Amino acid sequence: MSERAQLLLEIADDELILGWRDSEWTGIAPFLEEDVAFSSIAQNEIGHARALYELAARELGTTADELAFDRQPEEYRCSRLVELRLPEWERTIARHVLYEGADAERLARLKVSDDAELAGLAAKIDREEAYHRLHAEMWHERLKGQPRYEEALEELRPLVGERDGHSPELQELWEEMTVVRRSQPAGTTW
Amino acid sequence: MVTEAEVWKALAEVPDPEIPVISVVDLGVVRDVRVDEERVHVEFTPTFLGCPALEAMRAQMAERIAALGAEPEVEVVLDDSWSTDRITPEGREKLREAGFAPPTPRAPGGPQLVQLQSNGFRCPYCGSRDTALENIFGPTPCRSLRYCRDCRQPFEQFKTI
Repeated sequence: MSERAQLLLEIADDELILGWRDSEWTGIAPFLEEDVAFSSIAQNEIGHARALYELAARELGTTADELAFDRQPEEYRCSRLVELRLPEWERTIARHVLYEGADAERLARLKVSDDAELAGLAAKIDREEAYHRLHAEMWHERLKGQPRYEEALEELRPLVGERDGHSPELQELWEEMTVVRRSQPAGTTW
Repeated sequence: MVTEAEVWKALAEVPDPEIPVISVVDLGVVRDVRVDEERVHVEFTPTFLGCPALEAMRAQMAERIAALGAEPEVEVVLDDSWSTDRITPEGREKLREAGFAPPTPRAPGGPQLVQLQSNGFRCPYCGSRDTALENIFGPTPCRSLRYCRDCRQPFEQFKTI
């Protein structure tokens, strides 16, 4: 697999898995505004994943759906940070702040890439991510200095770029994420 | 053979499925129309990448072109050519009339929290600028929620991207 395809899958997997985790707040966030916010962020992240998988799929001769759902859990290239199930609000916000910071740096690099297709898509994604960053910034301002939040930042920070191996939680998420697709014969159209 | 002008006119009747007061042409998402004999090639850009209206828009554009007796080729372009600055003045007015505050012009460097919390946003109902940010996110990816302190009406603000 080319370096380009690997990079596309790395980012797409991050966005898909984080989008899935963010969507777990739909209906049960601490208050309605955050229910809406995390649902909307999840929708954006999964939209970004789809566009990135489409670029990779063109190069690899496959489809976005096959890349998203037909690989084995160990083949995903997402970071350890995004795969964790975080039912505690302060840890969710800590992940959000850490991820958006790292993602902003990655997008800034890609926007000036010589690969015009990749640079263009990164710039488009970044327009939307700007709102995720504002949301993360708002929550960081609200929670900074709180011991539980600060501990969560310390705990999760080392996982941001950790892509060697996965936690068992990715396997569980994969089971949930692909159960419907695996229940149908291969080649079923959706 | 159809003309480009006829295709643009047909596309101007394709509504945004989630905000039907505005068409895909008003939204500025149709980037190019080329007629090649019987084939009509349309390039269009998604607004937000996770917008579920994308497929519906593509299907409806293809349908309108087929109704003109041409063969449609609708290509989704995933580049950075769309911004809310591309919504036409007519489109902005249609949004406002329907109770959606149109997007503000995009500032260099993109949106800032301090700007969203400022009073640069006008209530689409009473015109007051005394409005507050309620939520950066809303019922669809393209909208935020604001509240007008003058007419005490919550409203949806089209995000600037």
